[in-house]
Amino acid sequence: MQIYLPIANMSVNILTMILLGGTVGLLSGMFGVGGGFLTTPLLIFFGIPPTVAAASAATQVTGASVSGVLAHWERGGVDLRMGLLLAAGGVVGALVGAWLFNALSGLGQIDTAINILYVAMLGSIGWLMARDAWRDIRAERSGEPVQVRKVHHHPLVANLPFRWRFYKSGIYVSPLAPLALGIFTGILTVLLGVGGGFVVVPAMIYLLGMSARVVVGTSLLQILLVTAFTTMVHALTTHAVDIVLAGLLLVGGTFGAQMGARLAVRLPPQKLRMALAAIVLLVALRMFLGLTYRPPELFTIELLG
Amino acid sequence: MIRGLFLVVLALLLTGAREPVLVPDVSQRNVDIVYSFTGAELLLFGAILYPDGRFPQRDADIAVVLKGPSQPILMREKQRLLGTIWANADSTRFQSAPGFYAIATSRPLDKLIDERTAAIYELGLGNIQLSPADAGDTGKQARFENGLVDLRRKNELFIDRPGAVEITNGVLYRARLPIPARVPTGHYTAETFLIRDGRILAAATRDIVIRKSGFERFVAVAADQSPFLYGLCAIALSLALGWLASAAFKRF
Repeated sequence: MQIYLPIANMSVNILTMILLGGTVGLLSGMFGVGGGFLTTPLLIFFGIPPTVAAASAATQVTGASVSGVLAHWERGGVDLRMGLLLAAGGVVGALVGAWLFNALSGLGQIDTAINILYVAMLGSIGWLMARDAWRDIRAERSGEPVQVRKVHHHPLVANLPFRWRFYKSGIYVSPLAPLALGIFTGILTVLLGVGGGFVVVPAMIYLLGMSARVVVGTSLLQILLVTAFTTMVHALTTHAVDIVLAGLLLVGGTFGAQMGARLAVRLPPQKLRMALAAIVLLVALRMFLGLTYRPPELFTIELLG
Repeated sequence: MIRGLFLVVLALLLTGAREPVLVPDVSQRNVDIVYSFTGAELLLFGAILYPDGRFPQRDADIAVVLKGPSQPILMREKQRLLGTIWANADSTRFQSAPGFYAIATSRPLDKLIDERTAAIYELGLGNIQLSPADAGDTGKQARFENGLVDLRRKNELFIDRPGAVEITNGVLYRARLPIPARVPTGHYTAETFLIRDGRILAAATRDIVIRKSGFERFVAVAADQSPFLYGLCAIALSLALGWLASAAFKRF
């Protein structure tokens, strides 16, 4: 069954879009990432204009993270102070990102910049996660005790001034570190249409040394706030938020997120992390090939109003 | 339509013109885009009126052109940079590129008229007047023009249907032209040309409006006119659906 998207100006299959939202929602519930890093490229693959894809993906990620935040909140898995701090940085970053987006669009290099960013971010993070998960799996198989990571933060972070206590995260760290992390993910949110969970989650663990219990919930809270803000920025500047498309993705996405959260409880965490690493690396590889292979279309058309 | 016919016949009687006249029409004056819109098919039809009601000795040919609103565009071309990455390297502007152009003819166009006449009347995908802003470099201009036509053809926004016009008894003609779902909205013109011996004997135009209607129109207008409220609605929708899903799941 086809439905016409009033902002994207094209018709799409309802079921395809709901399934797409559902698959991404499932991953988001399982891994605590927003899933935008999959939605945007997939929507572009289905012929949705890139700006509409990024804007509507942000809206979908907001919805998918709501149920996650609620579920984690009830279990006490959200550090509100940390989440708000990250979100404050995210808002600043979103504004910087919007400015960058315009500047790069003017140069005609926004597509290339987005692709290179995707390859660099996903490639390095995917590799980090895969290496870690592999080490844990091997340790478990050989019967050796899995090394328990001591709570410590990266020296870069430890040297920052004015430290705050974040009780739920179990760390004593300068607020400048999460603020900077927030700004960085805010930029990514606008440029790539991603929530930034796949950056924030590893950064919380490896850079800030946060307690694993609150990592996913807190990252989801930050994603929720920043993607909601990004939706507004897109609505005001690019006018590219397609509410019908976002609605379709949400119907599948929110349902998928619930399923994912349930599945995550039953599956072994190392294998879960390995699976996420594999998906992230696959997307990075696909993006890399897209940059280096001769594209099927050499020309692009930009309407000048 | 009957009134139109009457006026045409009257005009013929008064002027005593020896040239034939076209009376064109289209199946739909308005194409409304609603939620179920997956494209449409327009029927362009009409009659060829010969002076004194005579039947023609020889059959003439018909070309119909459906043209959408023109827009200034910026085109970019990807080239291989540093031997590895494909990125946008060259660009040019066109002041008036039609967002849609479909042509149907009763026989292949090159059998009907010569290149010069085709260019004057903008007949055929190669003869669309694009008003390039970068007219100096003809090689580059041709490359971009070909790129534009190729790309729009693949998106079914430029359509070429030789032989798709049927002519009945030399006086009635009809042609079907497809309109894809990603068609731009706006004012369209359907032009009909009567061609014989390489000459355009008569031409006539009908206007068509393609627009979003109902909910689709409401959404498009809201996104454009009240972006803040629209943004709030999008956020509210995502929060509500997210909350609903988690509330629904709690029951199981």
